[in-house]
Amino acid sequence: MRITQGTFSFLPDLTDAEIRAQIDYALAQGWAISVEFTDDPHPRNAYWEMWGNPMFDLKDAAGAMQEVAACRKAHAGIYVRVNAFDATRGFETTRLSFIVNRPKSEPGFRLARQEADGRNIRYTIESYAAQAPEGRRYE
Amino acid sequence: MGTQADRYKSGVMPYAKMGYWDADYEPKDTDVIAVFRITPQDGVDPIEAAAAVAGESSTATWTVVWTDRLTACEYYRAKAYRVDPVPGSPGQYFSYIAYDLDLFEEGSIANLTASIIGNVFGFKPLKALRLEDMRIPVAYLKTFQGPPTGIVVERERLDKFGRPLLGATTKPKLGLSGKNYGRVVYEALKGGLDFVKDDENINSQPFMHWRDRFLYCMEAVNKASAATGEVKGHYLNVTAGTMEDMYERAEFAKELGSCVVMIDLVIGYTAIQSMSKWARRNDMLLHLHRAGHSTYTRQKTHGVSFRVITKWMRMAGVDHIHAGTVVGKLEGDPNVIKGIYSCCRDSFTKKNLEQGIFFDQDWAGLRKIMPVASGGIHAGQMHQLISYLGEDVVLQFGGGTIGHPMGIQAGATANRVALEVMIKARNEGRDIWNEGPQILAEAAKWCAPLNAALQTWKDVTFNYASTDTADFVPTPTAA
Repeated sequence: MRITQGTFSFLPDLTDAEIRAQIDYALAQGWAISVEFTDDPHPRNAYWEMWGNPMFDLKDAAGAMQEVAACRKAHAGIYVRVNAFDATRGFETTRLSFIVNRPKSEPGFRLARQEADGRNIRYTIESYAAQAPEGRRYE
Repeated sequence: MGTQADRYKSGVMPYAKMGYWDADYEPKDTDVIAVFRITPQDGVDPIEAAAAVAGESSTATWTVVWTDRLTACEYYRAKAYRVDPVPGSPGQYFSYIAYDLDLFEEGSIANLTASIIGNVFGFKPLKALRLEDMRIPVAYLKTFQGPPTGIVVERERLDKFGRPLLGATTKPKLGLSGKNYGRVVYEALKGGLDFVKDDENINSQPFMHWRDRFLYCMEAVNKASAATGEVKGHYLNVTAGTMEDMYERAEFAKELGSCVVMIDLVIGYTAIQSMSKWARRNDMLLHLHRAGHSTYTRQKTHGVSFRVITKWMRMAGVDHIHAGTVVGKLEGDPNVIKGIYSCCRDSFTKKNLEQGIFFDQDWAGLRKIMPVASGGIHAGQMHQLISYLGEDVVLQFGGGTIGHPMGIQAGATANRVALEVMIKARNEGRDIWNEGPQILAEAAKWCAPLNAALQTWKDVTFNYASTDTADFVPTPTAA
């Protein structure tokens, strides 16, 4: 399977030039770029690990691309995403977020069904990879 | 000027003379202001007609009553203070009326509307009456909860940023069994949509009891979520005959783990506010389908404009509202739709007569509504939809998903690819309004479902004149 979180997951993986164009766009809006990584891609895992703080004072996409490259090198086998954060009133949230690195093989999720009262079913989504301890999930 | 005794002598007198017209009145920051389009009967003076609207929507009756003198009646009277002819529409006037804050109960759309549209729309001296716009003072806005979730928190909960959300309404609207209905939901979500939706009239009918629908839809939602690694949702319509039934259905939706429930506008303002409070208490998105609105929003001379309904719904507190597509099969002039979207999404809406916005409106931190564009739209219009509607919107392709020649999943994929490719191109600085068709054609080379969608619906447009249009046109200026 292919996890389709993020703004561009239905497109072919972005090239470095394409990643840079999106970062340029975000910087032009006044947004701060950050890089995050995880080996726990559960859809409700809100907190991917931060590859440093958001780059609030960065003006040139080249700096962000260096961080993307460094994070990808350190975490080649897992998920890496680029976020753009907008601090203006009324937003104060992420405005763009797209995956720039993913494992070679994505085993996906198991849907666990627990039969409950009547015909009710309690659903749980579990990542196959995340059964292993952190750091050993996509070896 | 006569004496107070003369003023309150039994009998009838013109509304304007009773104190409901005051050309010198300066509205206070705390006043509720309404602008009505009035069409007086032949021979009725527009100022008297405006005063009558002010009177009948506040304290007046048709004759003088001495009991006014037991109150601070001048304070409670609404005041018409301005009457302008409608540009290009002889016999019609925009009348501005100010209402003191004390006329209204805090946090009650029912109370607000009982005054503003309560009696006055049937008033005989008027041929027709339309509530065009309102300015709600910050002091009054602060008494309303507003949207239980809002755009920002909705996106954070769904973990979806940077692009419009995608939805579809299950079709056929009526007649599917629960199991078949859930099939449509699963296929569409797995193919790439974020939401699927019950239609307005799917409640609990002989062919599908509501519990069956909820159970099968949640199987579909969870299965699709596991298949994609994304948060998915289905708007479970909890509209029912009584509040008790609606609460029961909403509780069941919560028990099953749904992230969203849906209501119809026809349940009424008070029921909407009740469901909004319920949604806030239960971390639930609240989707509003505007069923019934065209009976009073569409004709320009009589009724209530949809921008006013939108303002009321932002106060009452819904997270989604159907707000027009411009390009689809349903009513929608581009300027009027822009005005309505502003009312959903702005922190501060600026006066813009060309878009039907008569007043500056400070939204006082009230959360934003995600507008929903639904009705006769398809992947081939993606560049137009994004250009007109922006990014904070749910684009709903019902027929455009389910009617895809390669199946529902392929239909959903076509829409998602068209969306992502267009957002990517826009961010890269391409002129999507003009290059849109080419951008889609390039993506169709590697995406067979998109190619099929473009071929199937390439010639479908709904080019009819809009009924609800703005009355003001941009003033030409010397170059």
